[in-house]
Amino acid sequence: MMIKLPEPVEDVVYNLLRLANTKLPEDLGWAMEAASGWEQNEIAYTQLGAIMDNVKKAEHLGVPMCQDTGIPVFYVKGRFDSSIVGAITKAVERATKDIPLRPNTVDPITRENCGSNLGPGMPIIHFIPTDDDFTEITVLPKGAGSENMTRLAMLNPADGIEGIKKFVIDSVLDAGGRPCPPTVVGVGIGGTSDVCVAMAKEALLIPIDEENPDPFLRQLEEDLFVALNGSGLGPMGLGGSTTSLGVRVKKCACHTASLPVAVNIGCWATRRASARIKDDGVEYSQGARI
Amino acid sequence: MIGLTTPLSEETVRSLKLGDTVYLNGPVITGRDEMHIRAMEYVREGKEVPKDIEGSVLFHCGPIMLQRDDGRWSVIAAGPTTSARMNKLEPDFIRTFHIRAIIGKGGMSKETIQAMKECGCVYLAATGGAAVSLAEGLSRCTGSDWLDLGMAEALWRFDTEKFGPLVVAIDANGNSLYEKVNSELVRP
Repeated sequence: MMIKLPEPVEDVVYNLLRLANTKLPEDLGWAMEAASGWEQNEIAYTQLGAIMDNVKKAEHLGVPMCQDTGIPVFYVKGRFDSSIVGAITKAVERATKDIPLRPNTVDPITRENCGSNLGPGMPIIHFIPTDDDFTEITVLPKGAGSENMTRLAMLNPADGIEGIKKFVIDSVLDAGGRPCPPTVVGVGIGGTSDVCVAMAKEALLIPIDEENPDPFLRQLEEDLFVALNGSGLGPMGLGGSTTSLGVRVKKCACHTASLPVAVNIGCWATRRASARIKDDGVEYSQGARI
Repeated sequence: MIGLTTPLSEETVRSLKLGDTVYLNGPVITGRDEMHIRAMEYVREGKEVPKDIEGSVLFHCGPIMLQRDDGRWSVIAAGPTTSARMNKLEPDFIRTFHIRAIIGKGGMSKETIQAMKECGCVYLAATGGAAVSLAEGLSRCTGSDWLDLGMAEALWRFDTEKFGPLVVAIDANGNSLYEKVNSELVRP
């Protein structure tokens, strides 16, 4: 979907939060429909039906598809200045009240909720400066059910590709029904520990029907996808052959003595939305490669 | 498909079998981590707790609620939260309040299943994230307590009407669909 609509940044971010929360990205909807076509397990089939029914109702009513509207993680790429932080902050506050989003952020110790989805360190924004002539803002609202299943392993280089596969599969299967399968599985390989975890989350932004340009990673994604869907975990961990809608892997260089691997699971409602702001208008979409 | 009216009797709860699909009518309450902690704290301190926790159907859910101009609340979205977070709190809670059914997602620990078996309590799996469809079944918000805990953690009361589909995923005899699926998982 591409709409042209020149607007202030605060309004663009507000629109992104509404789009991401109320409309499931098309690639995930298609994958779910395909899966329900071949799913043989009766309970699994009912779960997929309930999910698709819910997605249609949320879009039709313009309300969040899941009550856990998460913590919005922002990625700002291209040309920007520091004023963008204020615009995003205001948009989060307004969206919380108006859409509405559930107020989720609390003090980690006292558990006090400020009610606005803000607080120290919020909103979370990653900056990627480039020489492009546009600003691209992407939001990934991340619910806690899936985020709580995040794992990082500092493997030994000798563990190799088999070690990577085992860690990813164990992470997903040990999570069971908790992250609301069928899930999108984001994997980061390499970097330092912090970069590895960040890559695993960024991987969730890549549409699942987009081919990985790296042939080795493409094969790895496919192998993991086949193994996960052959596991029998199924939707909501109640059994069946639909455990994952897609696996996305990102890699970068790492220390010769390290092999960091991170898994960040996205629930079936892996919500994402992007806006590319140019001089002559704004283009909205629901998938991005950071 | 089985239609049940709450509050549930122990006999009804014990008759439900793994894999049964049920829909609920009647009152349910919500409760997550903070509600469990506060209720147990109040019991220990001899303070009064909301009476309708006793024998209730407990929905692990932090809904999105909207307060209308006349002060009444309506529900926007209300799917189940991850029940495993309450594993440490739930066995005591079930034994204290004789909870008849828990609605949640992802299943619960052996200790919780033991308490469920002892007291006659069943675990009903709701479809995670199906928050708009499930909210339709929560036909009316009939009240709340402990709003100071925040929207997600407060105790909300609802009247339900054809609320579901819910799958009996842990029965009152100690059987768990999650354990069955888990024991049969294929790991390469």
